[in-house]
Amino acid sequence: MNGQHQSDNPVTTRSGDPAASPLVRFDAVSKRFAGVTAVDGVSLDIYPGEFFALLGPSGCGKTTLLRTLAGFETPDSGRVLLNGEDLTRVPPHRRPVNMMFQSYALFPHLTVAGNVAFGLKQDGLPQEEIAARIAEMLALLRLEGLEARKPHQLSGGQRQRVALARALVKHPRVLLLDEPLAALDKKLRGETQFELMRLKERLGLTFVIVTHDQEEAMTVASRIGVMNHGRLVQVATPSEIYEQPNSRWVADFIGDVNLIDGRVAEKTTVVTTVATTPAGTIRAAASDAKPGDSVAVALRPEKIRIGREVPPASLNAVEGEVAAIGYLGDFSIYKVRLADGFVMEAAAANVARVIERPVSIGDRVWLSWATDAGVVLTQ
Amino acid sequence: MSARSHSKRSWGQRLVILIPYLWLAAFFLVPFLIVFKISLSQFATAQPPYLPQFDLDEGLAGLKEFFSELSSANYARLVSDWLYLSSYGRSLAIAFVSTAMLLALGLPIAYAMARAPRRWQGVLFLLIVLPFWTSFLIRVYAWMTILQRDGLLNQALLAIGIVDAPPVWISTDAAIFIGIVYTYLPFMVLPIYATLERMDETLLEAAADLGCPRWKAFWLVTVPLALPGAIAGSILCFIPIVGEFVIPDLLGGSGTMMIGQTLWLEFFNNRDWPAASAVAVVLLALLIVPLILFQHVQARRLEQGG
Ligand SMILES: Nc1ncnc2c1ncn2[C@@H]1O[C@H](COP(=O)(O)OP(=O)(O)OP(=O)(O)O)[C@@H](O)[C@H]1O
Ligand SMILES: [Mg+2]
Repeated sequence: MNGQHQSDNPVTTRSGDPAASPLVRFDAVSKRFAGVTAVDGVSLDIYPGEFFALLGPSGCGKTTLLRTLAGFETPDSGRVLLNGEDLTRVPPHRRPVNMMFQSYALFPHLTVAGNVAFGLKQDGLPQEEIAARIAEMLALLRLEGLEARKPHQLSGGQRQRVALARALVKHPRVLLLDEPLAALDKKLRGETQFELMRLKERLGLTFVIVTHDQEEAMTVASRIGVMNHGRLVQVATPSEIYEQPNSRWVADFIGDVNLIDGRVAEKTTVVTTVATTPAGTIRAAASDAKPGDSVAVALRPEKIRIGREVPPASLNAVEGEVAAIGYLGDFSIYKVRLADGFVMEAAAANVARVIERPVSIGDRVWLSWATDAGVVLTQ
Repeated sequence: MSARSHSKRSWGQRLVILIPYLWLAAFFLVPFLIVFKISLSQFATAQPPYLPQFDLDEGLAGLKEFFSELSSANYARLVSDWLYLSSYGRSLAIAFVSTAMLLALGLPIAYAMARAPRRWQGVLFLLIVLPFWTSFLIRVYAWMTILQRDGLLNQALLAIGIVDAPPVWISTDAAIFIGIVYTYLPFMVLPIYATLERMDETLLEAAADLGCPRWKAFWLVTVPLALPGAIAGSILCFIPIVGEFVIPDLLGGSGTMMIGQTLWLEFFNNRDWPAASAVAVVLLALLIVPLILFQHVQARRLEQGG
């Protein structure tokens, strides 16, 4: 149910000024490992102040792409630019970006303070400034009092905050985060996500986060790049990705979806009519599909109303029988079998604490949804 | 029933803890006490060649007499005789220098091994321990022929033209160092390799990410992390090198002896068991310090691992 808390997501952070020049530019970057194309011709602009998420299934090349920006992988072809400057030949230790590693990679022989100071010492900063910046950063990440501990004397959450402090204290142009929260439990993960957003705003930095957790990407990111098989398949804001997926694959990867196959019968500027679907003839949002095209209509479960009464003719409607109900607390998922056996999923918020006449398994129900609820996908 | 099985188990546990102590008592403490006792005796032309002898038949009076005849004269001799002091000094100096050489050579070798591709590491490991398949003595004899005047080393040096006349190797300190470094290298490389092999590669990436060039990361990250291994290797080498006998005897010259040679001379040539025993006891006392150091490092490493 990722679409819920998106309304307040600041689309504007993408770049207040659309003419702003990108901070990071991947220019047709490709990287192959013995037989595997990990990154396949990725071109992508990331703007100053963005919280950009690279999202995709395991092995799709997210980490590899991030590592070309950090300098740990050299692209086989293409270029990586920072502020218009070609980074391709710049070794990692001279790039003004910092990375928070998935394993944290804290130096086991150094204390918390020693770990955080490491990067500042490399810059040859004066002792007092190092001390001041460490104190500031440890306060910001609520690590005071732990300065003298070694990493093995910290909890997982503390270690993760030290890793974050160590990367942030250098005030990088871009902070790279490779699955920074994967090792935390769900509650701590949620808290840390908001902490990350707070830090980004507070420090005015640009963050690029790699994750395979779509909920995490939706929560923290101002823009998401969805990757599959080394390619970027869609780059958009979280709500666009959710509401306007550009392919069956993205629709299916992000959240739950009903994908209903059919053929475009007719189209106007506002409605595309798709016929011969398992749910009959469906009116969906306008698209650039042409009459006769084979398409799929993507329909999010929470956009579907479930009820016993026959819905008004202005809505799409189909009748079926409830095959299964999944109770999720805030939501219930209803699996409804249509006449020809096709199963559609509908989600309904459990608003009332006690439902007067609950829909139960075996009931005949009507599913209905607005004409603009379905998205027509041509690929 | 349960009480019995409980006491049984705790007896078993006690036995397990006891075994190493029994072992140490039987094969270290008891022999040491015997050696210590002999070191307090005097040389005599007898069988065994020292006095006093402990006679049980004479009872308490005999025991009293036995103790009154013990003396620390041998230790006084060790301190006053230049032969012993210089032997100790030479042994410690050679052990110190060769441990430093082993460290300088072993650290890069271990580092290279740990950084080599995974599939090569097994082979490299095997190459390091391969010399153990051949008897130590045979390998030292081999060095004798290599270091001879017309041996392989000089042939090679002459062939590349580094030298015009064959330098003398055998019976010099250089030969001793070559022999020691060659023999003890695995004992230095393996502990360091063991610590480096476990090192997380991403630590070096993290160092680079934080602005640290590779050569500097070696000093700031790799070396500190290899330190426990380096200390273990140094102690594993230093202690036996101090007491080394075979290598200086076969490869070294006839000048000042290492303490192992002095001990051998006292024991077999002079048949002065008490003096030889005193030499051994002092040697042990000298080595206890690095041994305790080693213990300390080991304990700290276990603590960190846990
Ligand atoms: N050093 C390497 N040598 C060989 N193949 C590699 C190497 N690094 C990555 N790959 C391969 O490249 C592909 C992409 O890997 P990458 O680590 O970028 O995936 P990812 O999207 O980060 O996945 P995950 O979510 O599991 O971390 C994978 O097929 C992986 O096996
Ligand atoms: Mg990854």
